[in-house]
Amino acid sequence: MLEVRKVAKAFDGFQAVAGVSLAVPRGQIAAIIGPNGAGKTTLFNLITGHLRPDAGAVLLDGRDITGLPPHDVCRLGMGRSFQRINIFPRLTVFQNVQAGFISHRGRGLDLFSRVGQLYREETEALLESLGLLDRSGEVSGFLSHGAQKQLELGIALASEPRLLLLDEPTAGMSAAETRETIQLISRIAAERGLTLLFTEHDMEVVFSIAQKITVLHQGRVIAEGAPAEVRNDPEVRRVYLGERR
Amino acid sequence: MPDLAFLFGQSLSGLTAAMFLFLVASGLSLIFGVLGVLNFAHGSFYMLGAYTTYQIVQWLGRDPGSFWWAALGAAVSIAILGGLIERFLFRHLYGADVLYQLLFTYALVLILSDAAKVLWGTGQLSVSRPPGLTGAFKLWGTFIPYYNLFVLLLGPTIALLFWLLLTRTRNGRLIRAAALDREMLGALGVNVDRLYTGVFVVGSFLAGLGGALIAPVKAVVPGMDVEIIVEAFIVVVIGGLGSFWGTMLGALVYGQVLAFGILIFPRFSIFSVFALMAVVLILRPWGLLGRPLKS
Amino acid sequence: MSGLRRIPWALVLVVAALFVPALGSRFYTFVATDVAILALFAVSLNLLLGYTGLVSFGHAAYFGIGAYATGILMKKAGIPFLLAFPAAGVLAGLFALVFGFFCVRLTKIYFAMLTLAFAQIVWAICFKWNDVTGGEQGMPEIPYPDLAWMERLPLAGQLRTSDHFYLLTVVLVAACLWVLRRIVGSPFGRILTTIRENPERAEFIGVNVRRFELIAFVIAGAFAGLAGGLFGIFNRGVFPDFVYWSKSSEVLIMTILGGIGYFYGPAVGALVLLVLNQQITSYTQYWPFILGTILIVLLFAFPSGIVGALDAAARRLARPRRA
Repeated sequence: MLEVRKVAKAFDGFQAVAGVSLAVPRGQIAAIIGPNGAGKTTLFNLITGHLRPDAGAVLLDGRDITGLPPHDVCRLGMGRSFQRINIFPRLTVFQNVQAGFISHRGRGLDLFSRVGQLYREETEALLESLGLLDRSGEVSGFLSHGAQKQLELGIALASEPRLLLLDEPTAGMSAAETRETIQLISRIAAERGLTLLFTEHDMEVVFSIAQKITVLHQGRVIAEGAPAEVRNDPEVRRVYLGERR
Repeated sequence: MPDLAFLFGQSLSGLTAAMFLFLVASGLSLIFGVLGVLNFAHGSFYMLGAYTTYQIVQWLGRDPGSFWWAALGAAVSIAILGGLIERFLFRHLYGADVLYQLLFTYALVLILSDAAKVLWGTGQLSVSRPPGLTGAFKLWGTFIPYYNLFVLLLGPTIALLFWLLLTRTRNGRLIRAAALDREMLGALGVNVDRLYTGVFVVGSFLAGLGGALIAPVKAVVPGMDVEIIVEAFIVVVIGGLGSFWGTMLGALVYGQVLAFGILIFPRFSIFSVFALMAVVLILRPWGLLGRPLKS
Repeated sequence: MSGLRRIPWALVLVVAALFVPALGSRFYTFVATDVAILALFAVSLNLLLGYTGLVSFGHAAYFGIGAYATGILMKKAGIPFLLAFPAAGVLAGLFALVFGFFCVRLTKIYFAMLTLAFAQIVWAICFKWNDVTGGEQGMPEIPYPDLAWMERLPLAGQLRTSDHFYLLTVVLVAACLWVLRRIVGSPFGRILTTIRENPERAEFIGVNVRRFELIAFVIAGAFAGLAGGLFGIFNRGVFPDFVYWSKSSEVLIMTILGGIGYFYGPAVGALVLLVLNQQITSYTQYWPFILGTILIVLLFAFPSGIVGALDAAARRLARPRRA
């Protein structure tokens, strides 16, 4: 589904991503891990079109999407959530998600219909599955951190993506919230047949749901494989797990 | 084909205008670079610098050196005024939307322009050139007033001093660092509040000095605030908001475009500077020597 | 409370506005025309400012282009108002399309500076192009549209031409505001608010941010142009300062004074500012000083504008008290 070929990106001479390749087949739940500064977020930005790679290519379903702007990438079926909360803070929870549907279904250029009840059913169904339905009318900027992360996920899902990229979906959450969120994500991914690529700092989370793990270090892939393989990889133990234990 | 003497005179007058503009625009650019605010009231500070100079000259009377004391006194007073405004009013708006900050500085423009009318009336006031710089000399067929020569020399001197201040002193380095990354400074334990006030004081000093020095060559009138702020804006946009040498380059370019634009399109000289500004913004929005904003 | 809400207040206001000439005062009609036209101008700006989050320093350009378009067509070409008025919107919209194409490529302060630069270019042209715009002297004596048919309307027979023009203005402004209101309440309007809130996120829900900004810019420019078209006739002349940056700042102040978070906020701002201006300038020549002071009080005490402050007060009153 997603194929990344030797993408590279440097900032002011600092090589943030140095020729990373990876492939995520349809339906897989894949994770990217690596210490801070390994280039995870930059890699996400390259895949989603937020940044243009200096070299290499990104393919979605075999189609070259390198350098396409994010809005085109999104339309081709790639959704994304962010590490830092990235919602529309002065809109209500309902409006946040509804906007995703409006945009995705091509109603954005409709200047004269009334927006009020548009895609109400879809929006409410999605909020329901996220457990946010009872907060539908609240201004999203006032929600708790955990609820905002879930809303973030909801906005991404409203674009009805086939491939979902999640950047640290449980960052800043308590242990209980993390568990809930992970269950939620796995359930939604299964229900919708989503292909998932995520980054995460919580190793428990990663090893519990990922089918494949790619380890980044200093902008390079140092290991890749099933969780068990990665866990036992000596290189990974040295540069990554070694630092943490 | 106009003769060379004429072209020389024209470019020299552009150069003189550029030096005044540099003085004012560098303060504007400094404040933008550090505080991230375009201070519309900067032109008002310049105007008040000119009026204060006039006032002090009146008080001191016929004393030959009075102009110099007046210019210094004016620049210092304006610096203090700027510092007070930053400390007691502007500071409370740092968290607000940029639009509100702009509106605040615009409100100051309105208030200060009327305040000047109340204090000094609406007539034209003039300040005579300081003794020793009253005459003119002839060079390649062009008469150059001594005072203009003085300004031509003073501009680069102040630029150089200012540059040394920014690069060789601790505070100067902090200011440059603040222009690059504001959050970092707070994290490093720098007293950002005091730094901001300091920057406002220095910026206002430059505006006041610009006003003081222009008083002997231009009539001191209401409206000079708005006139200069528009020009200074164009200069810093062309040179690069927040860029020191960019401001110098912007002022030089502006001075020449205006001086020669009049020759080439006599009716559209104002047009030429705005068009230049638009072209720069389209091709290099961060200006000739500025840096792109971090996204 | 809910009973009060069901009343179509906008319609009530329009009908009430139609009766201003019945007061018989030339002055009231004059102020009311001024307010109606500038309200449209300010609301059009707010499509950018309050809904899309774009700060334009050059909105007067489109107002002025509209004024010149209608003025030139009616005075020099003798084209009737019925065609010259829409032409103001179309021409201003076209200019907004060309200028906006470049402006939306920039963000924040750079966007604002480029809108200003374009507006000043338009101003310089209007100021100097004597053959077409009348240059510095402007273009006086724009004719009134032919409104003799209004004399046959009930109650309107005895009114002056300026009253007739006022009635026409109220109807046209109300229609324009209705269209703008529909636009901000449409799916398109919702997408604009996502751009205001978070352009980066908007891109990632598939919104082509630049394209939407450009469309909003064109719509705002076109309605500013329509307001300008009316203003030139009302003012009995079109002058270069319609385009000058101080005009842009005036409309910006109206908009913020009223409250950018509310559709009618800018209209209230226009009303308050113009009425205050009329009142205060009859006492003192230092209107700018008063305006500056009002602005500072506003910024520190009521940052969400007059309507925002009223809204907050109403909410406080409406909240049920607990013992």
